[in-house]
Amino acid sequence: MEQIIANGLYLGAQYALIALGLTLIFSLMNVLNFAHGQMYVFGGFVCYTVVSQLGLPFIVGLIASALVLGVMGALIERFLFRPVIRRSKRDESTMLLAAGIAFFLDALILLLFGEKQRGVPKIVNGVFNWDFRLIMPYDRILIGVLAIALILGFILFMQYSKAGRAMRALAQDRTAAQLMGVDVDRYSMLGFAMGAMLAGLVGALLVTITGVNLGMGGPTSVKAFLMIMIGGAGVISGAIAGGFILGMMESVGLSVLSSYGDVTYLVIFATLMAFLAIRPQGLMGKPWG
Amino acid sequence: MQRRNFLKTTALAAVASMVMFSAAHAENAKLKIGFVGVTSGPAAAWGISNQRSMEARAAWLNELGGVKIGDTTYDIQIVPFDDQKDPKRAIAGMEKMAQEGVHYVVGPNVDDGAAAVRPVAEQKGIIYFPYAFPKTLYVAPASNAILGMVANYQSGPAIYKYLIDNKGIKKIAFVAANESDPLSQRDSGVEAAKALGLEVVSDKVTYQVDTTDFTPVLLPVIQTQPDLLVLSGVSPANAPQLIRSARELGYQGLISTETAQDAAVLAEGAGELANGFISVGGASTPELASDAMKEFVDRYTKMFGEYNDESNTKVYALEYIIETLKANPAAIDNVDEYKKTIDTFEAPNPFMVGDAKLHYVGTTSFQQKRQISVPLVVNEYKDGAFQTLFVAQVD
Repeated sequence: MEQIIANGLYLGAQYALIALGLTLIFSLMNVLNFAHGQMYVFGGFVCYTVVSQLGLPFIVGLIASALVLGVMGALIERFLFRPVIRRSKRDESTMLLAAGIAFFLDALILLLFGEKQRGVPKIVNGVFNWDFRLIMPYDRILIGVLAIALILGFILFMQYSKAGRAMRALAQDRTAAQLMGVDVDRYSMLGFAMGAMLAGLVGALLVTITGVNLGMGGPTSVKAFLMIMIGGAGVISGAIAGGFILGMMESVGLSVLSSYGDVTYLVIFATLMAFLAIRPQGLMGKPWG
Repeated sequence: MQRRNFLKTTALAAVASMVMFSAAHAENAKLKIGFVGVTSGPAAAWGISNQRSMEARAAWLNELGGVKIGDTTYDIQIVPFDDQKDPKRAIAGMEKMAQEGVHYVVGPNVDDGAAAVRPVAEQKGIIYFPYAFPKTLYVAPASNAILGMVANYQSGPAIYKYLIDNKGIKKIAFVAANESDPLSQRDSGVEAAKALGLEVVSDKVTYQVDTTDFTPVLLPVIQTQPDLLVLSGVSPANAPQLIRSARELGYQGLISTETAQDAAVLAEGAGELANGFISVGGASTPELASDAMKEFVDRYTKMFGEYNDESNTKVYALEYIIETLKANPAAIDNVDEYKKTIDTFEAPNPFMVGDAKLHYVGTTSFQQKRQISVPLVVNEYKDGAFQTLFVAQVD
């Protein structure tokens, strides 16, 4: 039981970090970023390049992933999403654009980084073993702690910084925020950049645990959508809750249901469908309409 | 008058030398050989290693002046198609090959793709070389597919027997991705293990193919304390993560697979935790590799930046096609002629030392020769490279 809970908390921390970036973008721009998983993969490959190919320390790899994805997110918002949102009257246009960016990033990743699975050596060796009741490698503990620290840092930033308050105002009511003097364009770009940066950071953190390959983008995006549907799209606390809930469900399901075959995600999806039928806005989202 | 003659003579000489120049550098005829397989996604390494093996070998042969088949010299042109491990796309790829007049296609890489393209191949007169194991593809009445590697039901029993005899294993566990290839490899592995008297302690645990964290998946398997953990049909992307999770959970026993892996990917993903991992390799182990094989590896590396060890098992298909066509030039656009040649075909194997031969096998497994003979090389990973555990031939 302790192992299942520890696995769930570890997975939950990673998932929450992924979901935060996606929900931030959605809250600011009403855009479902289908390329979020690809940004996660890109961040992983940047960290791999910096650490394994250039031989620099892991912290440099983390910073490089954050910066590269931040810049990429800003450019995507400025030159792709902003013109489309201005000119198009249909929400589907941004969804199509996001899907197109996902395909483009997949091809770009293959061109830049190749087809192989890549990994970064363990940053800490050794395994914490509590009498075989709880086994957790030290590097996972470290990455889990870093992920929680980043989540806390993000919450503090959103709560207490000027930019954070501006983005929260935008998310609450775009028109009112504009009337209050919030520069919508600037903070939309910053928000998208931060969302992409968070995806890149998770990729960089996890490249040393699970490695990275170009096929991971799509499934990661699907899981990110699951989390924000559970927690409520556009709500930061909902994203965190959704991430931890999915992580725990996965850990429990894989252990408890393993003798029945690969039914964990079948159960998760069935549960989610029933849940959304009763509460379509998720745990903490506002009712639609 | 003299000036006019001079001009005429000069013009004629110029034209003549242009004609001679063109004749000297006239292009060889093109022989198109197709590839339909997975070159994107988590299993991309399987298909890309196929495609690049073919392209590297084709470029080498073309550089040497082409390939003489009958009275005609051909440049080999590889026509690739990414099926994204999707049977529908594999069918589209095979149809594209038919439209381009291609009769010999390497691939697909997986069971469902190989099964899906069978009707197209049979209707359009294409012989294809899948890297998929279901016997229905190779047993009569099927006759257009030729297995491009050693099948897991050929390598599995050999590996388990070796480990029983040399490492004393008694208990075996299987874990597989929830996909047709890995599941069918698991099922045939379980059958082989039981036939050899091993106790199968776990064979129901599967994982989603896009799983990244295998610790929760492996926990119930490790708790059954097997002597050998078989990663059935594992992709090169997932192998290092599974090994790492197993070792981090405290598993001390042996880990093996019957698919081809890449040493660099294992080194990066699992490091020294992958030491002792057993997989199926190919012809470039030091004991077996000829100078031609070493040159192939060099050329591949120069062309594409780095080598992929999976190409050790993928280097043969194009060679078999070309050598069989040389043996029977009438097969160049007639697969029935190719089939006639299979039973008696033999040619020197350029990739192995000694007097190894290229010939078709499969009579024991398929009751007809529908498999290219490649050495069964079982490797053990150690400190960044593969070491040969043992070598055998299969039929």
